[in-house]
Amino acid sequence: MAAATTPRIIVVGGGLAGLSAVIKIAEAGGKVDLFSIVPVKRSHSVCAQGGINAAKNLKGEGDDVLKHFDDTVYGGDFLANQTPVKQMTAQGPAIIDLLDRMGVPFNRTPEGLLDFRRFGGTLYHRTAFAGATAGQQLLYALDEQVRRYESEGKVTKYEGWEFMSAVLGSKGEARGICAMNLRSMETQTFPCDAVIICTGGNGAIFGKSTNSVVCTGSAQSALYQQGAYYANGEFIQVHPTAIPGEDKLRLMSESARGEGGRVWVPRDKLDKRAAASIPEGDRWYFLEERYPKYGNLVPRDIATREIFKVVYEDEMGIDGQPMVYLDVSHLSPERQNKLEGILEIYEKFVGDDPRKVPMKIFPGVHYTMGGLWVDFEQQTNIPGVFAAGEADYSIHGANRLGANSLLSCIYGGFVAGPNAMAYAKALPAQEGDGGHAAELARQKQKNQALLNNKGTQNPFKIWRELGETMTKHATIVRYNPGLDEADAKIVELLDRYRDVNLSDKSQWANTSFAFTRQLYNMLEMARLMVKGARLRDESRGAHYKPDFPNREDKEFLKTTKASFVDGAPKITFEEVDTSFIAPRPRVYTSS
Amino acid sequence: MSTATLEAPAKSPMSTSVSETPARTRATNRTIKVSIKRQASPESKAATETFEIPYRPNMNITSLLGEIALNPTTVTGVDTTPISYDANCLEEICGSCAMLINGKAMMACSALVDKLMGPNGDGAITLAPLSKFPVVRDLAVDRSVLFENLKKVKAWVPIDGTYDLGPAPRQFPQVQEQRYPLSNCISCTICMEVCPQFNEATGFVGAATIAQAKLFNMDPAGAVLKPDRLRALAGDGGVQECSFSQNCVQACPKQLPLTEAISDMGRDVFVQQVKDFFTR
Ligand SMILES: Cc1cc2nc3c(=O)[nH]c(=O)nc-3n(C[C@H](O)[C@H](O)[C@H](O)COP(=O)(O)OP(=O)(O)OC[C@H]3O[C@@H](n4cnc5c(N)ncnc54)[C@H](O)[C@@H]3O)c2cc1C
Ligand code: SF4
Ligand code: FES
Repeated sequence: MAAATTPRIIVVGGGLAGLSAVIKIAEAGGKVDLFSIVPVKRSHSVCAQGGINAAKNLKGEGDDVLKHFDDTVYGGDFLANQTPVKQMTAQGPAIIDLLDRMGVPFNRTPEGLLDFRRFGGTLYHRTAFAGATAGQQLLYALDEQVRRYESEGKVTKYEGWEFMSAVLGSKGEARGICAMNLRSMETQTFPCDAVIICTGGNGAIFGKSTNSVVCTGSAQSALYQQGAYYANGEFIQVHPTAIPGEDKLRLMSESARGEGGRVWVPRDKLDKRAAASIPEGDRWYFLEERYPKYGNLVPRDIATREIFKVVYEDEMGIDGQPMVYLDVSHLSPERQNKLEGILEIYEKFVGDDPRKVPMKIFPGVHYTMGGLWVDFEQQTNIPGVFAAGEADYSIHGANRLGANSLLSCIYGGFVAGPNAMAYAKALPAQEGDGGHAAELARQKQKNQALLNNKGTQNPFKIWRELGETMTKHATIVRYNPGLDEADAKIVELLDRYRDVNLSDKSQWANTSFAFTRQLYNMLEMARLMVKGARLRDESRGAHYKPDFPNREDKEFLKTTKASFVDGAPKITFEEVDTSFIAPRPRVYTSS
Repeated sequence: MSTATLEAPAKSPMSTSVSETPARTRATNRTIKVSIKRQASPESKAATETFEIPYRPNMNITSLLGEIALNPTTVTGVDTTPISYDANCLEEICGSCAMLINGKAMMACSALVDKLMGPNGDGAITLAPLSKFPVVRDLAVDRSVLFENLKKVKAWVPIDGTYDLGPAPRQFPQVQEQRYPLSNCISCTICMEVCPQFNEATGFVGAATIAQAKLFNMDPAGAVLKPDRLRALAGDGGVQECSFSQNCVQACPKQLPLTEAISDMGRDVFVQQVKDFFTR
């Protein structure tokens, strides 16, 4: 690709991060090809419920962007590089204003100003919201702007195309991508000067999670296998409050507690009364009791561990089951109204009306703090490959604060877009075909191998076993022997994968074929997560090892960087940027 | 709801109830019979395949389809392929999974098997693709027409730019309360599927697009494109095609006030036409 003409950027992923990048590039006069597995309006961002953070200080509390900065760094247990966090929190208020101008129906105060609610890990009302469907409203607003650019010919959408790999030139730089059409199953390469990866989270590695079906992390894993660093993979957020379900764990947003929802179990574990009839004095509000200052709004890693302990150590789960109550039944109808979206989910899928009876919830895998390693310009170590959103590792350290993800997605996209443009403009012409023919051949060969395989292993069964192993050994509580067991299991699954058998070998809209290709990438990523957890002998944020209960800054105030060497993850560590706030102990108990 | 028994905490961190299919352990001999209208490609002929799946409480249609993928064998023992269908969020917010379930247009992820098997719990379930959109394969259809329609009515706010221009104008909660329900549309196209007027003969845009046009006309800055939107909805295929069958408002999974939106927009389109007539 010649750099003299209009830069041509490929954005992979049309969630909040991807759409934000697209808008910036189109606005700056670039041409964008936008690739997404699902129509972008159906991206996982649509699921976000609670809201988006920005220190607008519209409640007379004296909030400001530096407090937001501090809360984020402290909430992340000091593992995040501080420079990008500082920039993100500083841009928060302007990002909210922009979304407001785009027409997001944010809730309002009587004076017509934006309303804000409380969220975990802060003492301020800092979360702008639109009922309990903030992600849907934000995603639609950005989707509409992109549709506008599409109709002006600045954006071309490739919906129903899956990214398989990057096309790398003679110096290892990005020269395009290889993608598969999920209808015709055609694999093809596309040229570009820079590519931005915004492919979201990887909850599917844990089998069941709060994530959408396409959140497999497959694209990130493919790039890791092509030489990109993957950072802090061991940091997985398990959300304290999800509805345990057959097929997925449906989130009950932190906003339920932000609006005054309370978590409790009966004081007497043999108490068989219906929840609503248990009097106040017989209820144990364990979070409020242990964390008088933050109460139910302690950060997620802490709330999750407390619920876990109540269930498994104190054996106080409801009816002896792994569940506790999340109660919004005492809230006023106005407050309940602001939660309508999520209360409807509970009513629809469980059948009880949470306006009247307490909900039964348990923690569920929710978010990956880890992701593709990027520098402060959102560029990975592969020149010309940028990343943003949940797919990168940059903002949330060892634990993400609620309502900070939507902000980090938009921030990341806004930084990656212009930087990809600048990079593309300075890019020298490619040598030869830029690696296109070789990459296409490599991918086609993988496809053929899979189609010709005569093995006996069902890919969906391998996936189920992967999810079980990962959930058991690599979530809330981690032990080194368990992590070793998990790694051995994944190696076994990789071995069985070689024997995988597709019951559908057709070449039209073959979803199990696409899934089986993703599955391989999930297995490789699971390994690096487990390895990172195994080596990190400390407890920090979401990563908790009872055998190493303290945070060990001397040894582990470091970013974990995994690279794919000889078919296995190799871990190195990198210093963390703490140039603004000196690390201090993270304590939420004091009142 | 999870039913796993309490796990010993030592060295077995998170409850397997979260990862396993707990109710499996309680599976009875009951089965669910499900007949699925299948079609290998847009050109091929449709045929029905029937499956029998062990019953578990609290299943939805998407988990039923997942169960078939684990063991794609029909009730007569014939090996077949997993069913193709669209799904992503599994909580009725992404709009992917609309299909005909027992003949009715519904979202598969929020359609609970227990409710579909009839009062005795022994009724068979039938699945078929939406009938008014081209079939891609099995239960997956092509609904891109809705996204094209949204372009026609310029369903966006034409902002000046993404740079920091300060806050938007104030907006009273009453306005937000009117806009928010319209903004909940998940583009599932069920309102179009059930509409007697949505067909090739009329070229009707359908209720969802009209509701979105109203949403953006109500936005203080979006209103600048109001005349364009109204003109796009005038004439053939526009708002006048509506026959007020009210099917849309009854079937919409997100309870959008569709008939109200259509009649409001019908009035506005008329006013715009009169204006255009006199200024021409
Ligand atoms: C239930 C739930 C509620 C949440 N609530 C909140 C909240 O209130 N506040 C908050 O801040 N955060 C919240 N989060 C987190 C937040 O929603 C996500 O982190 C965020 O939306 C991720 O956005 P993204 O743009 O990075 O990716 P996504 O929105 O996941 O988009 C990924 C995109 O990549 C595409 N894609 C993926 N792989 C490929 C591939 N191989 N090829 C092509 N395309 C691909 C997909 O099609 C999609 O378009 C919530 C998360 C969940 C699960
Ligand atoms: S208006 Fe309702 S039925 Fe129609 S597309 Fe939107 S959500 Fe679906
Ligand atoms: S899968 Fe998203 S609406 Fe059903």
